[in-house]
Amino acid sequence: MNKIFNSSDQAVADVFDGATILCGGFGCVGGVPSTLFKALVKRPIKNLTIVGNTPVLGMAFQKAAARTMTVPESYADASLLLNNGQVRKLIISVPTIAIYKMPEPFPIVKAIKEGKDIEIELVPQGTLAERIRAARAGIGAFYTQAGVGTYLARGKETREISGKSYLLEYPIEADFAFIWAYKADRYGNLIYKGTSRTFNATMAGAAKITIAEVAEVVELGQLDPETIVTPAAYVDRVVKR
Amino acid sequence: MSDKQKLDEQTIAMRAAREFEDGMVVNLGGGIPTLACNFVPEGREVLFHAENGALGYGGIASTETADWDLFNASFQPVTPLPGMSFFAHDESFALIRGGHVDISVLGALEVSEKGDLANWVAGDLTTFEGDITDWIGLDRYPPAVGGAMDLAIGAKRVIVCMLHTTRNGQPKIVKECKYELTASRCVSLIITDLAVIEITPQGLVLKEITPGWEPEDVQAVTEPRLILASDIKEISL
Repeated sequence: MNKIFNSSDQAVADVFDGATILCGGFGCVGGVPSTLFKALVKRPIKNLTIVGNTPVLGMAFQKAAARTMTVPESYADASLLLNNGQVRKLIISVPTIAIYKMPEPFPIVKAIKEGKDIEIELVPQGTLAERIRAARAGIGAFYTQAGVGTYLARGKETREISGKSYLLEYPIEADFAFIWAYKADRYGNLIYKGTSRTFNATMAGAAKITIAEVAEVVELGQLDPETIVTPAAYVDRVVKR
Repeated sequence: MSDKQKLDEQTIAMRAAREFEDGMVVNLGGGIPTLACNFVPEGREVLFHAENGALGYGGIASTETADWDLFNASFQPVTPLPGMSFFAHDESFALIRGGHVDISVLGALEVSEKGDLANWVAGDLTTFEGDITDWIGLDRYPPAVGGAMDLAIGAKRVIVCMLHTTRNGQPKIVKECKYELTASRCVSLIITDLAVIEITPQGLVLKEITPGWEPEDVQAVTEPRLILASDIKEISL
């Protein structure tokens, strides 16, 4: 068994037109699978559905938010795909962030102003995480209190359970998950680093194909089984960034 | 009224931190709330929770010590502390919805007299012209929902920290929220640059007031009627 791919280009070679992609990371610079986005932007595919917390903020935002920190030039997020006209829909919690001194419009604002037809499904952050977890765990639907009585409850089934109101939410069915991890072995076991674990460990295993980019590939047995975060069964491909 | 001194944002956050008790799990939202991590009262240990999967992080990190893999949910680098833990995002929100957060401190656009919270906007992005800085200057915020809906229904206690009025002097404590709701009847305490107000079944109780201000000054910039606490006092830190 060897899930290690030699290049990120090979790892994303079968991503197809209209695919739904779970995008790991949170929104901060750390934990974003930049290598995979840079490989995918070279593929002639369109109509992608991008799923993530804050996956399209772009480099200009990160530089503005980083203040005195230096954002690595290797950083890229799914706004690469957005800017390249490859995105049709976003399932997302935070499309833009209210921050002072943005030197240029956010990628999503720019895309919409250019007339690109992009659907945005706004999802509360915890509901987004749980809809992804539900897909990984084979759960058909779940009830949550988040969003009850709000604009986002429109068209959703509400149920009273033990005197409280809940909304019915469904899993997000995805074709690919793009994951950032710190270390992997050839079976696909993964460990992360600090807050860069975030949506990465939630999304691993939640799509038909999970692709992880890692800083280091280690020999079998070098990852302590007590501390492996994502077990090999959730991971299909590993590529060194 | 304008010559009277209002509390600055740091002082509002300092007042909020006085609510943190030893052993509590506390989540701080963006803006004024996030400043409260610097003001935990002496002798108390508080575990700060970040939506992006950390519990027990320390204060804001300096540029020299900042690490891209250790950020809070407000996009700030933070410092590690002994006893800190990391977890995935689904776990992080299980912790929130499951009632394991003692206090959630959130910002708000409006709070109603019943404790309804409005702190997001559902607007159409195409209606936002120009630079985002201009929108904020006009008290307009781009659509985004984030984690506040989960925090508002999940945390044991929700405290709102905000300025008492909009930039144009309009009340942000209102009878009915005009902005989209984050959650209904969830806020228990409001801390502003003018007052500390508790939300009770009887209505809004004015408990503390910024030094130099009178209850009628606060009432003038608050839409619902305020009930004066019998032990009303000046805000002290």
